Amino acid sequence: MSSDKPAGFHCPMPELNFDTITLAHGSGGKLTRLLLDSMVIPNLKNPWLDEQGDGAVLDLNGPVAFSTDSFVVSPLFFPGGCIGDLAVNGTVNDVAMCGAKPEYLSLSFIIEEGLPVEQFWNILMAVRDACLKADVKVVTGDTKVVERGKGDGIFINTTGMGRVHPKAKLASSRIKAGDKVILSGPLAEHGIAIMSKRKGLEFESAIVSDTRPLHSITQKLVDVFGKKVHLFRDPTRGGVAAVLHEIALRNKLGVEIEESGLPVHPEVAGACEMLGLDPLYIANEGLFLTFASPENADQIVAEIQNWAFGKQATVIGTITDEHPGKVLLKSTIGGRRVLPDISGEILPRIC
Amino acid sequence: MKYLSEFRDVKLVKKLLARLHEVTTRPWSIMEVCGGQTHGLVRHGILDLLPEKITMIHGPGCPVCVTPAHLIDQAIELTLEHDVILCSFGDMLRVPGSEMSLLSARAKGADIRILYSPLEAVRIAQENPDKQVVFFAVGFETTAPANALSVVQAKKAGVKNYTLLCAHVLVPPAIETIMQDEETRVDGFLAAGHVCTVMGTDEYEPVVARYKVPIVVTGFEPVDLLEGILMTVEQLENGVFRLENQYKRVVARQGNAPAVELLRDVFDIRDRQWRGVGTIPKSGLFLRGKYADFDASVRFGLSDEHPPETTECLSGDVMKGKIKPPECPHFGKGCTPEHPLGAPMVSGEGACAAYYNYAFEQ
Repeated sequence: MSSDKPAGFHCPMPELNFDTITLAHGSGGKLTRLLLDSMVIPNLKNPWLDEQGDGAVLDLNGPVAFSTDSFVVSPLFFPGGCIGDLAVNGTVNDVAMCGAKPEYLSLSFIIEEGLPVEQFWNILMAVRDACLKADVKVVTGDTKVVERGKGDGIFINTTGMGRVHPKAKLASSRIKAGDKVILSGPLAEHGIAIMSKRKGLEFESAIVSDTRPLHSITQKLVDVFGKKVHLFRDPTRGGVAAVLHEIALRNKLGVEIEESGLPVHPEVAGACEMLGLDPLYIANEGLFLTFASPENADQIVAEIQNWAFGKQATVIGTITDEHPGKVLLKSTIGGRRVLPDISGEILPRIC
Repeated sequence: MKYLSEFRDVKLVKKLLARLHEVTTRPWSIMEVCGGQTHGLVRHGILDLLPEKITMIHGPGCPVCVTPAHLIDQAIELTLEHDVILCSFGDMLRVPGSEMSLLSARAKGADIRILYSPLEAVRIAQENPDKQVVFFAVGFETTAPANALSVVQAKKAGVKNYTLLCAHVLVPPAIETIMQDEETRVDGFLAAGHVCTVMGTDEYEPVVARYKVPIVVTGFEPVDLLEGILMTVEQLENGVFRLENQYKRVVARQGNAPAVELLRDVFDIRDRQWRGVGTIPKSGLFLRGKYADFDASVRFGLSDEHPPETTECLSGDVMKGKIKPPECPHFGKGCTPEHPLGAPMVSGEGACAAYYNYAFEQ
C-alpha cells in the first residue's frame, strides 16, 4: 500500500480556505497560528503543548538519554509508512538504544512551499498515531516554510528524551571478544520498500517498511538481563554492515558473521539480487542488534522471539580478537570474505 | 529462491571443490572475463576455497572500468555545459574522469539520474520535452541490445530529445588483445555467460583455435563458477583446448537472434579506446549513420580528440593479468576506493576494489 494516507481511522481534515502550504504559513503570523491551532496542536494535545510557550519545562531525575535525527526521505509516503511515523520512530529508537524509555519529543517541520495541505495532514496523523503507539509526547516544536525548490516536500527533525533504565549498563567499550551479535528480525525491509517506489526504479513488491518503535523490547531486555546486555544498536542507514564496521573499528576487534543465518524475506532477497544490492547494507527502521556474552545469548534470543516482531531473532555473528577492525562473512557455501565498509552512496551495479 | 538456491547448493559446491582439488596438479592462471563473475567469486568467498595452485585473474569485463576518461568528461560536459538530463547506470557515477566524477558533477548541480533501464530514459525524455535527455550507454554485448532498443523505440515514437552517449565495448577483441601480449599469464578463460546469452558462442571458436587456449562459457552462481573453473582446469591438465559451455541453461550456441539483429541494425563496429588498455581494433559499438539523430556526440558536436591518458594507474597491467592488484605500488596507499587513481578501484566489479574490499589475506 503506498497511498498518501496512513492506515487506521482519522478525523477528517478541518475545513480550511487554502489547499497548499505557502510561505505565509511559516511567517509566524496569522496563517502560522491557523495551521498550528487547527491542525497540529489539537492532534498532539498534551499539557506542555497546550501551554504554547517558547519551550517545555520537564521534570527529569537521574540519567537521561537525549538524541536527535532529521528525516529527509523520498518518497514521503511509502509502503508501510510515511515520513511522519518514521520521524517519531527513528528518534524513539535512538533513545531506546541508549537503554531508555522515550518520553518527550520535539518536532520541527521544514515544509517546501506548495506541499498539499492534505499531505501535511496525513503526515501529521501518522505522527500522532506513532506517538500514541510509542507512548511519547511532542512537547515542543517549530514550523518553517521554505521557497519552492529549496526542499523536497517536507523535512522533519525530531529530538527525543527519556529516562535511562536503572539496570542499563550499555557502552560500546563493554563489547569483548566472544560476544554474540543478535539480530532482532529480517533485514532490509525499509530500504527495499522505499526503493520499490522510487522514481525510475518502481517494481511490484509486497514488502513494507519495518518502521516501528523498539523500546518495549529493549526495556524488557534491560529489565531481565541488566548489565548482561553490552550494547544495543539500530542498523538504520548503512544497514547492519555499517554498525558492525563501526564496532570493529572503534573497539579494535573483529566481527564474524554467517550468511546462512541471516534472516531475509525471500522477496527482499529477490529484489536485492535483481537490483545488485546487498541486504546487509540496506536501511532498516524496526530492527536492533544486541551485543551480549555468549552464555546469555540464547536466553536473549528467546526473549526477543516472544516480542511480536521478534519471531526471526537470531544470533548472526561473533566478536573476535582476530583481524581487528574487519568484518568477515562466512558465505552460504563456506567461503570467507571481508565485508567491505561502504565508501559513500550505495550504487546499483551495472550487471 | 527457485533457479538461484540450486546453484548455491552447499553439497554440490563441496563436490565440485573436491573434484577440483583432485584434478589440479600444476599451477594455472584462469581469467574470468566478466565483472559479474569477479563479483560472484568474491561475494561467495570462492577465492578462499580454491586450490592454492589456481590463480584467478580478474579480467577487463568490468564495463565501468574500461570506459575511457574522456567519455566521462564528455558526459560531465553535457550535464554542466549543455544542461542535459544525463541518465546512467549507478556504478558509473563514482568513476573518475580526468578531473571529476559524475557524482561530483551532480554535487555541482548536474541533473544526473540513476536508472536500471534505458527505456526509462526515453520516458523521461517524453516527460521533459524542453530538455535534452542523454543515456550514458555503457556496457558489453549484454546491455547493448536494450540500449539499441531504446533508440529504435525513441525513433518510432518520434522522440526528438533523446540521445545515447555510446561507450559500448565487445568481449572477443579484448580476449585477443590479452592473448597477443607476450607477458600475459593467462592459461584459460571463463567467458562471460550473459554476453554469450546475447551473442552465442561461435565467435569464440576462432580465438580458441588461434591462441590454443581453453574457453569455457560460464555463469555467475557458485556452482556455475566452480564448474566453469573445473572444466577449464580439466582441459589444461589434459593438454587440450576447446570451447565449452557450462552455462547451457541460459546460453544457446546461436545466441539471441533478434537481439543480435537489433545490434547490427543500430550499431556498427569501430576501434575503441579502453581505459588503461589502449585502443583495441574493432572493439567498440557506435551508432550507425541512420541513427545519427540519436547520437549525443553528433547532436552536441563532441570532439573525439582527447589527450592521451596520463595516470600512474597500472590498471591495464591488472586487467591483462600481468600483475595482481596488491602488486601495484599505489594499491591501498595512493589508491583506495575513496581516492581512486583508476577505475578498477571504484566499481564493485573492478579487480582492485574487489581485492581491496573483500580479500581476506590483507
